[in-house]
Amino acid sequence: MRLIFVTLLALILATVVGLGATWMTATRGTDLGTLTIGAWTARPKTGTADVDPYSRASIARSGELPVGTGDGVAFSATRDDRKQPLDGRCDVVVSGITPAARFWTLTLYDSRGRLVANSLQRYGFTSQEIIRGADGSFEVRVAARSRSGNWLPTGGIERYALVLRLYDTPVGVATRTQRDAPMPSVTTVGCP
Amino acid sequence: MIRLLFTIIAGVLLGGIVHLVSVLALPRIATQDAYSRLAPITKLNATTPLPLPDPSSAPLPFMDPAFAVAVCRYDLSGGPIKLTVPVSQAYTSVSFYTRNEVAYYAINDRSAGRKVIELDLMTEAQHAALPEDEDVTAADRLIIDSPGAAGLIVMKALAPEPGLMPQAQASLAASSCKVQTEPMPTRR
Repeated sequence: MRLIFVTLLALILATVVGLGATWMTATRGTDLGTLTIGAWTARPKTGTADVDPYSRASIARSGELPVGTGDGVAFSATRDDRKQPLDGRCDVVVSGITPAARFWTLTLYDSRGRLVANSLQRYGFTSQEIIRGADGSFEVRVAARSRSGNWLPTGGIERYALVLRLYDTPVGVATRTQRDAPMPSVTTVGCP
Repeated sequence: MIRLLFTIIAGVLLGGIVHLVSVLALPRIATQDAYSRLAPITKLNATTPLPLPDPSSAPLPFMDPAFAVAVCRYDLSGGPIKLTVPVSQAYTSVSFYTRNEVAYYAINDRSAGRKVIELDLMTEAQHAALPEDEDVTAADRLIIDSPGAAGLIVMKALAPEPGLMPQAQASLAASSCKVQTEPMPTRR
């Protein structure tokens, strides 16, 4: 009787621990092969054939298609430079320059990867649409209410993710630091 | 007491094995992965334009709204596939995914270096069966080896401004993806 109880306990514990750990890594992701520059993280290896099993599991779970390495690389940010979560009710400024790339796009998604509805039907910017300063740098205002210049509407949702995709770029598996890939800063400038 | 401790340690160790097995199995058992989402709305061995993502509906999560996208869901068991994608004005790329979404190859218009991206996709066995001299004369013919028989080819054309989206979609509409019906060229 006791033996059965002990075995059952061990098996239940194994299921909870094992599947729990899998669920955690598949939803939140792991640090395996991540490239972090400022607020931005990318997993360049997800675009290659030697993608790690954890990334494969999270790709299969979310249903997205990773950007292939010969195509480009995707950086995402869910927190600002001071590690505060991005809040759609606040004003967030994305400013600076981007790494060398033929084109880039900046897109705002909700936490499940859907675009966010707004009256302008603006879901992001491409490198050609953006208004730049004389030195080539740009400033995007991510805010719920309309702003002058490059305004990216949040629709007032609480949590969102910014994804900066670089297309035809030398940035990739070999990139390590800010010097190889100067990413724009992400700053929360005011909350109502 | 000792027995309980032993049980917990055994449970956690076994949990580690369960974790590893489930992580490795997840891509195979997932029902909402990209291939399964695209399978009902795409044709086999033909290009299907995907609808543009909008807040209420999108074929896949995290799609880039600046791109027109077309998908060719392929099955190479009937023979190699010939793919031609005309290059759009701004930027065009072609990415290849296995059935389990491993991006095994991607190419853009600049690395293709022409007005039309032309590729032959085949399994390793079909590639090995090609006549040898064919391989040599095929320097201008790009051959991609697919790791498996089934997978996805994703063609993307960038619309740098929203107004250029119809042009990007039109250039993808002119692409073709089909099984090579003519018999393989024979030895001369």
